[in-house]
This record gives sequence, structure tokens and C-alpha cells, in this order.
Amino acid sequence: MRFIDSTSFCFHALSAHRSRTSLMLLAMSIGVASVVVLTSLGEGARLYVVSQFASLGSDMLIVVPGRAETTGAMPPLLGEIPRDLTLDDSLALYRERSIEYVAPLLAGTAPVSNKQLERELTVIGSTPEYFKVRKLTMLQGKFLPPGDPKRARQVCVLGEKAKNELFGSGRAIGKWVRINDRRFRVIGVLKSAGAALGAGLNDAVVIPVAAAQALFNSNSMFRVLVQAKNRQSIARAQSAMIKILRERHDGEDDVTVIQQDAMLATFDRIFSALTFTVAGIAAISLGVAGVLIMNVMLIAISQRTHEIGLLKAIGAHRRQIIQLFLLEAAMLAIFGAIIGLLIAYLMSSIIAQMMPSFPVTIPTWSPIVAVVTAIATGLVFGIMPARNAAALNPVIALGKR
Amino acid sequence: MIELRDINRVFDVGDEQVHALQDINLDIADGEYISIMGPSGSGKSTLLNMLGLLDQPTSGSYRLNDTNVTELSDREQANVRLHNIGFVFQFFHLVPRLSAANNIELPLILAGIEPRQRQVRVTRLLEQLSISDRGQHRPDQLSGGQRQRVAIARATVMQPELILADEPTGNLDRASGEDVVEVLEELNRAGMTLLVVTHDPELGRRAKRRIRMVDGCITEDIRSEPAQADSTAEPLTSEQVQAEQMRFDNLLNEEALEQLQEYQEQVPYNLRNDRS
Repeated sequence: MRFIDSTSFCFHALSAHRSRTSLMLLAMSIGVASVVVLTSLGEGARLYVVSQFASLGSDMLIVVPGRAETTGAMPPLLGEIPRDLTLDDSLALYRERSIEYVAPLLAGTAPVSNKQLERELTVIGSTPEYFKVRKLTMLQGKFLPPGDPKRARQVCVLGEKAKNELFGSGRAIGKWVRINDRRFRVIGVLKSAGAALGAGLNDAVVIPVAAAQALFNSNSMFRVLVQAKNRQSIARAQSAMIKILRERHDGEDDVTVIQQDAMLATFDRIFSALTFTVAGIAAISLGVAGVLIMNVMLIAISQRTHEIGLLKAIGAHRRQIIQLFLLEAAMLAIFGAIIGLLIAYLMSSIIAQMMPSFPVTIPTWSPIVAVVTAIATGLVFGIMPARNAAALNPVIALGKR
Repeated sequence: MIELRDINRVFDVGDEQVHALQDINLDIADGEYISIMGPSGSGKSTLLNMLGLLDQPTSGSYRLNDTNVTELSDREQANVRLHNIGFVFQFFHLVPRLSAANNIELPLILAGIEPRQRQVRVTRLLEQLSISDRGQHRPDQLSGGQRQRVAIARATVMQPELILADEPTGNLDRASGEDVVEVLEELNRAGMTLLVVTHDPELGRRAKRRIRMVDGCITEDIRSEPAQADSTAEPLTSEQVQAEQMRFDNLLNEEALEQLQEYQEQVPYNLRNDRS
């Protein structure tokens, strides 16, 4: 029997039972589509987190005030408040040679206004090093000028969106804005870049750290960003920083140093595992579709006993009948998989439209795995019905009325 | 052509054993026209299925063209059915979703013959059986006689030497039954061996060799020139017509009873097969 003839025979058999065939195709396509869509969501989440970290730079260390662990001990009666992470602390880190840049951050929100236009914006106090650590680019003008970080110069750099909100399309450089009750001169506008862990600079204002200290009346740094000389010196820089800060804080380990790379790797692992898990769950629906195929094939065979008996009588041997029914199951699986892929691509493009910031990406392996699994389940679950069909006794098969 | 020696076929029915065929010895030469008659349960269908390799004898040997076909593998037996044997059934057994032409084409497809040649052969057969205009119709759009013609075309499309017909007119009215018998006889005249199992005595009488079976044994094997129907027969009187009618009615009842028996015979056989 020629392959093309078997194919058209099976195609006829499938198209003759429209509702049954379309139900099976539906089950199969749902299975395939759910595998592909769920993996694309998982992969999207992973890429999202990775891109967030990547925009921070991978040889960066972040110092956060406070210890990120609980000892379980009773809090001391005379409350021992963790020491502030001060500007001097951060400047002291320069003693370590493996550290390239230190950028202390003091953040808060404040009303920022240009004449009648007022916006509540994130105000970040930092040093010129912040520009290098965060790998920023200027749209217009300059970033904070170098100089003594303790000098509170009344200058500011606007994020692109903040500039547009306050000045529209007009020129901002050289103009004055009012933050709280202080006046700052605009010296630059930042080019908008990828958001970094939600802390986008697009609608923020950057001012010298000393000015921010005065503005918020606080000496406590929110974060200190540290860039090591190179990737190899990250570990050394980390231990040196902890040592310096412990000395400065009377022997207390009251800061946490987060290593960007390690965090990234952990998130990457978590999200990969998550993707595989949802893929596995979705694969169960493929298995269910397989059982459905088996079920419907069994029904089809009991409805088509005459046909099978006839095929045997006119000279089809056992193998041919097995092949015909397996081919039918495989065709169902393949058509179902194709429809499922179409649905999956459609859905992921819809999701991409609805959430433009979320990178919905179908990983290359997932459609392949889904289709192969679909065909494999179709064949595996098709074997039993096909063998049953081939084992039918032709005399009985033809005799049934 | 066919040589049956001491063929037995035993079905297990519960604890009992039913001898469907008992020590059948039969020789059939090329080109013969044979009818097999007998009450139901006499084993005539079993014999036909055996000859068509749809059933296996419990013991004995079956030689077809000097090959012991009972010893062949499944694939080889299927090949014999494909190339050497054509089946015609009472219930036609056409694939309902396929057109008449596609039904006729099936054996050619199984044999892997290329499409152009298939088309030539199918068209020729449709013409021979004067159903050319029905080629694209599905079976449910055909009359009974036309369906049986399509079935005959399918049985003969591979040019087999042997045609096995199981009650070929059993499901047809008289006129189309007559038609179908003529088609079969035409094929026999063209050289195919024809074996007809029937309840219809008139159809049985037309064969040149008539075999009668009772309880799995051949009780009669008569060779003669067929009685010339109609042309020599005298017109029937009205009493004779009435008597004939009554006989026919009785036959119908008898047939129903026999079918029931046949069915009972098949059920345990079915169970027996599932177990193996």
C-alpha cells in the first residue's frame, strides 16, 4: 500500500466523522497550546528578571543597611538600633583597592515643580559615580559634576519623562526647578533606559547626595552601589567591604552585601525550574488527550468492524491494518499539534500586545517538545486500538449486523 | 484448483463441541460454477469462509493451486485473498464514506498499484457493469442491485480465479437479484471459478454443479447441465402460483429461524476467540 493512499484513506475516515475528529483535535490542540503558552510565560518571566539584573551591571555589589537574617534571640531591652549607613561609611569603602566606584544612594519622594507644573517624583541623592555604576547615558547636558560629595550644590539631573512632564518639549537645561522648598538648576536630562528592578530613572530627579541629605533631613543611605575593578575581584571587594563597615560600626555586622551575579544565577535557576514545572503540568493535558485518542479510536473500531472485516477479506494483512489505524491516530495528533501551535502563537502575541513590558518569548525547544510529545502520545495510545482492529476475526467482523 | 482433504472445523460452544464441518473432501476444477445449498447451520458459510481463507480448519488440508494454504502466514494468506479470491457478500459491505469508484479501487490500493492504472481498471469495470454514471455516488445513493454490482466489481478488480458469493441475492428484490446472478454467471463464462452459497433453490439450480450440505457433511454433489429456466417451463396454473407463494413464505420463516441459530452459534465462538 502506497503511503499517499494510506494517508488519503485515513483522511477520508477522519473527515467522515467530523464531530468526533474535531473533538479529538480540540483536546490535542489544547494540550499542545497549553505547553507552549505556559512555557512561553515562564520563559518570559525568566527573561524579564534577567534583563532587569543585566541593566544593573553584573560586576556590581549592593550594600543594604541592616542584617538580612534573624537570630531568633530576644531583642535587647534598650533597643539597639542598627547604625545608619552614612555617607562617610560609603566613602571609606574607597580604602579597598579592588573597588572601582562607590555610589551612595539616598532616595525619597518629593514634589518637584516648574512654575505651576508640579509632579511628585522620586528624588535620588547620589554622586557622579552613580552615572558610571548604573551605566547611564545623557540625553542633554551633563550629569552631576565631580567634586566634594559633601558639598550640597543646588543642581539636578532630570529623567526623560520627568523633564517632559515639567518642561514639555521646551528647553530644560539651565532652568530652575523647585524641589520641596529648595531651588535646583537643571544641568542635564537622562536618556530613558531599561527599568532596573522597578527603580526606573525615567521619572526621577538626581541631585547631589549632600543636597538630598539636607532635603530629606536624613543621614542614612538607602543603598550603596559598589562596582568592583573587574569580575574576578568581586569576592575580594565583598569581604573587604564587610570588614571596613564592621570596623566602622564597632564590630557589628549590620549591613548586607548582595552580589548581583549570585542573585541573577539564583533567579535564573528558579525561573527555569518554574518553566519546566508548568511545562510538565501542561504535558499532563497532552496525556489526557492521548487517552481520549485511544478511547475514540476504540469506539471508531467498534463502529467500523465491517470495514475492518472487509479490508481483511479483500486482502489487507494484519500489519496493514495496524499501520492504517496508527496512521489515523498520528494524523489526529499531528493536525491537533499544528492547530495547537497556531493557537499558542496567537495567544502569545495577544499577551505580548497586552503586556508590552513583559517579554513573552516561546523558547525554541517548547514547540518541538510539545509536537513530538503529541505525536508520541498519539502513537502510543493508538497502538492498542490498532492491534485490536488487526486482531478482529473477519468472519465475526463481517457477520455482525 | 482446489483440493480439500478431510477438513474438519470444530467450534467450542460452552462445554460442547460443534462440528461445523466434518471430513469434507472436495475437488474443484478451474472455471466451475458451483452452488452450495443446505439448511442453515449445515456449515455452508463456514465452508465458504474456509475456502476464502477467512477461517482456518481445525484439521485437514486445503490446497489452492497446489499450495497448502493453511500453512501460510497471515501476510501470505492476505496476499492470496488479494490476488486469487474475490468475495461477494449478502450485505455488500461497501465502505459507506467512499464513492463507488473508490470502493472498487480498494483492493488495487492495498496491492500498491499506481493511481493511473487503478483509474483505467476501475473505469473499465464500471463500464462493463453498466454503472459508469454511478462511479462518484456513495453507496447510500445507490440501489441494492447497483450496490451489489459495485461489490462484484470490487471482488473482480484484481482478476481473481475464484469468486466466492455468500447469498449474493439474499438482500435484493427478484429483478435486481436476477441481474446480479447474470453478472456473476458472465464472469464465470469468462473463466472465473464461481462458488455461490444460497438458500434460493432457483438460483442453486442454475449452477452446473450443485452441492448439498447437511450437518457439516456434503450429502449431494450433482454435476449436470443447468436446467433451462423459463424458456422450456410451462406457464404455471394459479394453484401452482399459490403453492409456490406459500413455499416462499415458509422459506422466509425458515430463514429467520436459521439466522437465529447461526447467531447463537457465533456468540460463543466469539468468546472463545477472545480468550486465545
